[in-house]
Amino acid sequence: MIELRDITIQSGAFRLANVSLTLAKGEYAALMGKTGQGKTTIIEAICGLRTVTQGTITIDGQDVTLLPPAQRGVGYVPQDLALFPTMTVRGNLAFALRIRRKPRAVDELAGWLGIAPLLDRKVTMLSGGEAQRTALGRALSFEPKVLLLDEPFSALDDETRSEMHRLMREVRQRTGVTVLHITHNRSEATALADRVITLEGGLVH
Amino acid sequence: MFSGCFKDKAFHTLLALLGGSYVLLVVLLLVADVAYAPAGRMGELMAKPEIRFAVQLTLFSCTVAAVLSLLVAVPLGYVLSRHRFPLRWLVDALVEIPVVLPPLVVGLSLLILFHLPINGVRLEDWLREHLGWQITYAVPAVILAQFAVAGAFAVRTMRVTFDQINPRAEQVALTLGCSQAQAFWHVTLPQARRGMLAAFTIAWARSLGEFGPILVFAGATRMRTEVLSTTVFLELSTGNLENAVSVSLVMVVVALLVLLVLRWLGVEQRVKN
Repeated sequence: MIELRDITIQSGAFRLANVSLTLAKGEYAALMGKTGQGKTTIIEAICGLRTVTQGTITIDGQDVTLLPPAQRGVGYVPQDLALFPTMTVRGNLAFALRIRRKPRAVDELAGWLGIAPLLDRKVTMLSGGEAQRTALGRALSFEPKVLLLDEPFSALDDETRSEMHRLMREVRQRTGVTVLHITHNRSEATALADRVITLEGGLVH
Repeated sequence: MFSGCFKDKAFHTLLALLGGSYVLLVVLLLVADVAYAPAGRMGELMAKPEIRFAVQLTLFSCTVAAVLSLLVAVPLGYVLSRHRFPLRWLVDALVEIPVVLPPLVVGLSLLILFHLPINGVRLEDWLREHLGWQITYAVPAVILAQFAVAGAFAVRTMRVTFDQINPRAEQVALTLGCSQAQAFWHVTLPQARRGMLAAFTIAWARSLGEFGPILVFAGATRMRTEVLSTTVFLELSTGNLENAVSVSLVMVVVALLVLLVLRWLGVEQRVKN
């Protein structure tokens, strides 16, 4: 469950004020709105990458407003994926577990994401769809309570995007994770999400 | 189509002419040095203990200065690239000063810094009395003079390196459980390896060519603080042009060897990545 209560975020001249939003446990919400409305800012605030000047952010009942990103238990897939280019697919998938000193094989995760044969490949050698799967696997590897997706499928061709949609449904089924997914694609939003949220003029509808 | 092809050829010719003219100049400089230097003089010089000492001190001091430069350039380049803080513009301008200042002035400033009485105590005296270190007119002065200038070039290189690394990967690492230090160490630093090698190479090469500040701050005492660049000056000032040119060729050989090794290391790393 994610709850934003009256949060205000100030970044230079940009200001997002008194935003409130609630996602039930296991819910999949699509966040839509024109460019520059602050969708990414909201996701970054939930991750802990942006400071909230007012209001509270709660994840599964715990107030995380002042917690560093590492302690929030949030899986994050940014628009440019930002895979770790010096590592292999396995290195990316195992990264969070290695940092948590809970080394575990990632073969099963890679298996159901469909990237098992690529585990020892450098991420710079992946196709668009393979890179998406790797980024998704990296975000899910430590079994987060919440998954935040910032337009990750925008640059994919129709076929690969459909494959990713199928994969996202499987992710929900397997993990029951709460998902907030930014997209500009209305059909993607309706195909995947339980609810479509629109951010317009600083207001959430 | 003919016109387009002709324009392409003209463009490539222009590139070759302009770029090639500089390569030609460097080649001509080296050819002129080789032609002027008496045959066998390089071998004779290398047999002299004072020249061998200068070669060894050059290799040692340049390497230490380059390591020190990298040691400050990585954190400083990272902070200047990633963080916004009060007076950042001033820090930015300060680290550029050794780049724009005549190197001789850097040497003079070092000399003054170590000998200026502060509350009646000189830094040079304090270090000698408390730690037993002699800086001025000794090997540490050679290294400090090289480091003071080379460090600025290394900082500039590392800053550009970090500017080119996507900060988003580091942010994702934070969400995956990293502290800022872990994200830097595991995600950003491995991406900066080639930049670090470039910064080290630039600092090393700059240290090799340094002359003015070494002469002022460390002097050029044979078998004590003499490095190859000061040897060239000493030979030149005593009118021995042939020896000066021969020592210059020794410098060229040493520089080429070190730069080739560093280039090879860079290629190895690229292949690994």
